[in-house]
Amino acid sequence: MNKILKVKNLKKTYHTKNEETLAIKDVNFELEEGDFIAIVGPSGCGKSTILNILCGLDKSYKGDVEVLDNKSIGYMLQNDALFNFRTILNNCLLGLEIQSKLSLENKEYVIKLLETYGLKEFISSYPTSLSGGMKQRVALIRTLATKPDIILLDEPFSALDYQTRLAVSDDVYKIIKKEKKSVIMVTHDIAEAISLANKVIVLTNRPCTIKNIYDINLSNRSTPIENRKAKEFSYYYDMIWKDIDTYV
Amino acid sequence: MYSMEHKKYLKKIKKNKFLVLLFQLLILILFILGWQILADLELINTFISSSPKKVLNTLVELTKNGDIYRHIWVTVYETLISFSLGTILGIIIATILWRFEFLAKVIDPYLTILNSLPKVALGPIIIIWVGANIKSIILMALLISVIITIINIYQGFINTDPLKIKLMNSFKATKKQIYFKLLLPSNLKVIISTLKINISMSLIGIIMGEFLVSKEGIGYLIMYGSQVFNLNLVITGIFVLCIVATIMYYLVCCIEKKLIKVG
Repeated sequence: MNKILKVKNLKKTYHTKNEETLAIKDVNFELEEGDFIAIVGPSGCGKSTILNILCGLDKSYKGDVEVLDNKSIGYMLQNDALFNFRTILNNCLLGLEIQSKLSLENKEYVIKLLETYGLKEFISSYPTSLSGGMKQRVALIRTLATKPDIILLDEPFSALDYQTRLAVSDDVYKIIKKEKKSVIMVTHDIAEAISLANKVIVLTNRPCTIKNIYDINLSNRSTPIENRKAKEFSYYYDMIWKDIDTYV
Repeated sequence: MYSMEHKKYLKKIKKNKFLVLLFQLLILILFILGWQILADLELINTFISSSPKKVLNTLVELTKNGDIYRHIWVTVYETLISFSLGTILGIIIATILWRFEFLAKVIDPYLTILNSLPKVALGPIIIIWVGANIKSIILMALLISVIITIINIYQGFINTDPLKIKLMNSFKATKKQIYFKLLLPSNLKVIISTLKINISMSLIGIIMGEFLVSKEGIGYLIMYGSQVFNLNLVITGIFVLCIVATIMYYLVCCIEKKLIKVG
C-alpha cells in the first residue's frame, strides 16, 4: 500500500504562566492509502492535539509531519458546527467558498453528495430543522466537498446519544469507504475504534506517546455494527482496555 | 376542525390577552382621570403639577402654530444622526479591536472608564470646544451611544463559538473571511439588540444636549418651560417625548423582525 502520511518524532510542549507541560513525546506512525486509523487514549492525553498538528491548525511542534504525493487533508470536528444562518447546501459549500473553488462542477458534486446520502429534500432548509445524526452527515459532506484525500475525525460522534451514535458511525463509515478516503479518527470509545478502524493506535497518559499499535483483523469484516459481533472483537477490546487501564 | 378542548384552550388565551390589555388601559385612564379630578377639586396645585386639560390645551396650541412639529423634527433628526453614526462607528471600532487583539488589551481600561463616566460631565468641555450648537448636542449623544455599542459588539465578536472559528481555520480561512462569513452574520442578533439600546441611548444624549445648549427640540421645550415656570409646557414636552421615544423604539423592533427571519 501507498504511504501518504508520515509522522516522525512528534513532540509538543504547552506553555502556561506557571509551568511547561510536555504533552506529546515521540509519536511515530504512518498512514497508508485506504487506511482507517483510530487513535484511542485516556482523556486529556493530547489526542486532539495530534489532529490539530496534522491539519496545520497548530504549528508550534517539533518533529516531522510529512504529507506525501500532494495529498490534501480535511477536518471533521467534534461538533457539527453548522452555521444556522446558512442553508444546508450553503453550509456544505463553505470550504469551497473559502478556498475559492466554488465552480459549477464542484457545486454539482456537493449536491450529488447530499442527494446520495439522503439529504435531498433538506438542501435549502436550515440546520435547525435537522436531527443530530443528519447534522453530522451534513458536516461530513461539508468536509468531503473540498475533496480531501485524508479525513481527520475528532470524536465525530461524541455529541450524539448512544443509539444515534451507532447508526451515525455506520453511516459515516459507509460514506467514507464509498468515497475512498483515508481516515485518522480520534475517539475515547474503544468499541467504536475497533468496529471502524483497521488499525488502532493506543496512546499513554501525559506525556503522550504510543503504547501499542494494533492491526485489527476481524473475520468477515463488514459494517461497524456487524463488526461488533465478530469473535475477535472482545479479544481486541480486552487488550486495548488493559493498555489504557494501566494509566487511569 | 379543533376539538372542544382545544377551542376552550384558545378561548382562554384570548381572554387572558384581553384582560391584560384592559388593565393596561385602565391604569392609564385612572391616572389621567385621577389627576384631573384632583386638579378640579384643587387638591393639587395646578401651577406646579398642571392637569390633563391644560396639557391638552398646550398641545393643541403648539400644534396650531406648528411649533411642536419643528421641535419633534429637530429632536428626531438629531437622534437619527447620532444613532447612525454611533452604530457605524461602533461596529467599525469593534471590528478593529477584534482584528488587533493587542490594541484591544491596551485600550480596555480606557473603554471601561469612558463607559462608567456619566457623559453629561463632558458637556461643558464639549460646548467650549465644539461650540453651543447642534454639533455639540450630536457629539454628546454620540459619546453615550458609541461606547456601549463598541463594548457590546466586541463582546459578541469575541464570544463567537470557538469551534466554528476552528472550522473556518481548518479550511485555511483568512481573517477577512472569518469576519464576513462567520462573525458578522452570527452576531446579527447582537448587533440588532445593540441598535435597540442605541436608539434609546441616542435619545437620552440628545435630550441632555438640548438641555445644555439649544434653541429647538423637545429637550429645549422642556427646559424652556421650566425656566419660565410653565409646567404645562414641561409636561406636554415629556408627553410628546414619551410618544416619540416609543415610536422610534418600535421602528427598530420592526427592522429587527425584518432582518431576523432565520434562526
